[in-house]
Amino acid sequence: MSLHGIRFILIQNRAGKTRLAKWYMQFDDDEKQKLIEEVHAVVTVRDAKHTNFVEFRNFKIIYRRYAGLYFCICVDVNDNNLAYLEAIHNFVEVLNEYFHNVCELDLVFNFYKVYTVVDEMFLAGEIRETSQTKVLKQLLMLQSLE
Amino acid sequence: MPAVSKGDGMRGLAVFISDIRNCKSKEAEIKRINKELANIRSKFKGDKALDGYSKKKYVCKLLFIFLLGHDIDFGHMEAVNLLSSNRYTEKQIGYLFISVLVNSNSELIRLINNAIKNDLASRNPTFMGLALHCIASVGSREMAEAFAGEIPKVLVAGDTMDSVKQSAALCLLRLYRTSSDLVPMGDWTSRVVHLLNDQHLGVVTAATSLITTLAQKNPEEFKTSVSLAVSRLSRIVTSASTDLQDYTYYFVPAPWLSVKLLRLLQCYPPPDPAVRGRLTECLETILNKAQEPPKSKKVQHSNAKNAVLFEAISLIIHHDSEPNLLVRACNQLGQFLQHRETNLRYLALESMCTLASSEFSHEAVKTHIETVINALKTERDVSVRQRAVDLLYAMCDRSNAPQIVAEMLSYLETADYSIREEIVLKVAILAEKYAVDYTWYVDTILNLIRIAGDYVSEEVWYRVIQIVINRDDVQGYAAKTVFEALQAPACHENLVKVGGYILGEFGNLIAGDPRSSPLIQFNLLHSKFHLCSVPTRALLLSTYIKFVNLFPEVKPTIQDVLRSDSQLRNADVELQQRAVEYLRLSTVASTDILATVLEEMPPFPERESSILAKLKKKKGPSTVTDLEDTKRERSVDVNGGPEPAPASTSAMSTPSPSADLLGLGAAPPAPAGPPPSSGSGGLLVDVFSDSASAVAPLAPGSEDNFARFVCKNNGVLFENQLLQIGLKSEFRQNLGRMFIFYGNKTSTQFLNFTPTLICSDDLQPHLNLQTKPVDPTVEGGAQVQQVVNIECVSDFTEAPVLSIQFRYGGTFQNVSVQLPITLNKFFQPTEMASQDFFQRWKQLSNPQQEVQNIFKAKHPMDTEVTKAKIIGFGSALLEEVDPNPANFVGAGIIHTKTTQIGCLLRLEPNLQAQMYRLTLRTSKEAVSQRLCELLSAQF
Repeated sequence: MSLHGIRFILIQNRAGKTRLAKWYMQFDDDEKQKLIEEVHAVVTVRDAKHTNFVEFRNFKIIYRRYAGLYFCICVDVNDNNLAYLEAIHNFVEVLNEYFHNVCELDLVFNFYKVYTVVDEMFLAGEIRETSQTKVLKQLLMLQSLE
Repeated sequence: MPAVSKGDGMRGLAVFISDIRNCKSKEAEIKRINKELANIRSKFKGDKALDGYSKKKYVCKLLFIFLLGHDIDFGHMEAVNLLSSNRYTEKQIGYLFISVLVNSNSELIRLINNAIKNDLASRNPTFMGLALHCIASVGSREMAEAFAGEIPKVLVAGDTMDSVKQSAALCLLRLYRTSSDLVPMGDWTSRVVHLLNDQHLGVVTAATSLITTLAQKNPEEFKTSVSLAVSRLSRIVTSASTDLQDYTYYFVPAPWLSVKLLRLLQCYPPPDPAVRGRLTECLETILNKAQEPPKSKKVQHSNAKNAVLFEAISLIIHHDSEPNLLVRACNQLGQFLQHRETNLRYLALESMCTLASSEFSHEAVKTHIETVINALKTERDVSVRQRAVDLLYAMCDRSNAPQIVAEMLSYLETADYSIREEIVLKVAILAEKYAVDYTWYVDTILNLIRIAGDYVSEEVWYRVIQIVINRDDVQGYAAKTVFEALQAPACHENLVKVGGYILGEFGNLIAGDPRSSPLIQFNLLHSKFHLCSVPTRALLLSTYIKFVNLFPEVKPTIQDVLRSDSQLRNADVELQQRAVEYLRLSTVASTDILATVLEEMPPFPERESSILAKLKKKKGPSTVTDLEDTKRERSVDVNGGPEPAPASTSAMSTPSPSADLLGLGAAPPAPAGPPPSSGSGGLLVDVFSDSASAVAPLAPGSEDNFARFVCKNNGVLFENQLLQIGLKSEFRQNLGRMFIFYGNKTSTQFLNFTPTLICSDDLQPHLNLQTKPVDPTVEGGAQVQQVVNIECVSDFTEAPVLSIQFRYGGTFQNVSVQLPITLNKFFQPTEMASQDFFQRWKQLSNPQQEVQNIFKAKHPMDTEVTKAKIIGFGSALLEEVDPNPANFVGAGIIHTKTTQIGCLLRLEPNLQAQMYRLTLRTSKEAVSQRLCELLSAQF
């Protein structure tokens, strides 16, 4: 059984530019950069006929591609693949609602808000909240405080 | 719902980001960033105090620059200042900066912790949330020290808002992961368990994660969570798809929470009957739902539903107690094997692999063999094919081994390079494990070498040789087959090695056929000689000298070859030395001496298959081991088990000393020692190398070897990549002598080689051991010998420990093994008639004199093997004494310096139950006890 949950969440575009990196384990900066590059190399060579899972070091990456963006979650090999795959989709639907048809640029210009969305849905490497309604309500409440 | 406009609130930030995006080159970007950094630095240093908005904006820009990959060495203090702002947006940027750029500056940590403390106490749920998220992101030890006591209170307080509870639960989880010692267990734990009943499913979701993690380390403390989790799960799976409103995801009620609950249950064994019934209903409902028509065509629906299903199946496998559920699970996965979604096919293969190891579902898994084989041939994704290989390996047993091995072999021809070596290992293991007919085994391994010679590691070809040597029924066939295989114009070097070795040992078995006469055999091997690497040539030279013994008629031809300049003056030392020595040996030695020195190899001591060890190492310890262990229980190995023991005892009983030494090498074909193991560098990752303490913990596996020596005196006690320890010992009355042989398996010297014999304080008065130190340097490939004189003063229980330290390369090595000097070694057999036996048996009827043990047979119950073991144990085996001919009785006297102790034993097998009853009667309780222990472990 896993004791660690999610190790990191990455959003990258096809060129390998990172649009979000959220780490749930201690890595030093060089290691983070290496992980980012490796994930990119592993994920971008796969096509639609491949699974959404790929072994990665001692872990596995669960990923899904949306237009030009890869959403990747790194978990332990015995974690539930489909649960994380749909957690990604759930997250993307929230982003889409929050940013009204989200596109890559929204994530660039509002990077600090994306972190807030992530923290509402994932915390300490675990799934925190899965209800889209509840997450969006909270995000709107926070938005109103600006 | 209002959209968020681009960078609203911070225009300056949006402009800066646009500028960066418009930069045409890396240089331009750096220039723009440096300009901005200068600007921000001047603002921070300026005389004018910055307002909260500006501070927030600049800190946010710094964060953006950092995320682009540039170093940031200032701004931390401004970020910390933002934490104490009363405005949410300013606080948020402050916390984000701290979370991303963790800094261990102690002065700052104090300030940060102070701000967090204030926010936690603020009773403002938004601020509390920010503070908790920051702790959960950073999770440092300092934070754990400051807050681990506080957060449980926030979590269970009655007035805490739901969203804060969620954050507090996961925040605590993070602190527990990083500093579990700082998180105090206490009253709060029972209240946390009751969060599983909470109205708010988000709170339940977060709490379930926390409880699962805590329960793994404190199962007792959290066991009440089982029944609560089951009832929660039950309510979810039986709810209509609309009942849970916003927790329903594409018509699936609370899929993530269901998965988490099912994982929590996997921390525990199956629950009590009452709860268990309810859980079984849940699991059945989940399996039933999988058969219902989908409520939506969307992949999200099926994924969410199947996420729960796969987790339910994991739980069913974890419990491994409900045959009905296991078989249903297997059938469901069987359907997925042919699903059009690649994800599902992959997951079904993966999950079935674990089902294959359950005795209840093994047969059900096997019915899908054709589909799995088809997957191997048609799947486009290599990772799916890999899972198919894994599953075939897991479902293999004697009934389908020929088919599976054949399919794996044919797949190997086209397999991806990345997985070839693993497939080779798997095929080799299966072929060995399930061989009924050893000709099939030999064919399979030779095919492996033909198809994927480059991926056949040393372990694989060593193993085929060990098996051929140990099984005389296959030696002729092996010789014939390698001879034929060597006819191919181009054959892999590994085949030359196997061929050379086998013909050197058993070429005589086919020499009667004129098509494979000695000279033809020799010429065939020698035709490959020049194409081979040095280690293989060295091996072939040993084969040649063995031919000299086997076939005197080719001696002149071989002497010519050895005498040629290319051998005698070879630049390679090893080859030159072999040529010189073998030539000399063939000239000076009489036929008798040649026959002794070049005698056929004695059987190898049985040990764990080195290939299996290699596969385990490759795959990491967990997965393979588990499967293997469970499978071993189910089916008895052909090669495992004890059968070789009597064989090697007899082989060892009349050995010439030199032949015995040969038996110690894993691979050397001839007396000249092993071929230099050139490629062994990579194999030297050793389990023992990291232990640097004075006395290493007992080597894993040595326990097994120890038990093997109870009934015999000679063989290999210990072996790893570097060192082999062999024993030869003899005992008479209360005295004994043991020869310990230390073989350096590497080509490098061992320095400071110091073996030490350790008798514990308890053992010391009973056993005297005397020995002389050995030379502290052991050359590569060399063997040193140590003699131990043994005196048994009085009866004893413990065994002495042999602890060895040496330096190999740069590292200190420690090996400790128990030395098999056991009480039964001082047995003298006593023959007696039935009447005498029973008279004495009755005399020893005092309850303290008798010790009895009833135990399950660990090895096949074979009469001959049992007899050999009792004799090996040291007592006389008394025939026609026991009225029941199936029983075994024995008698003997244990000699110690101070006293002699008469011993009677009786072993009653029960074939039907696969059990034994062993009874020992001696005049001394401790002796009965110890002998009973030692002998019980042998069957």
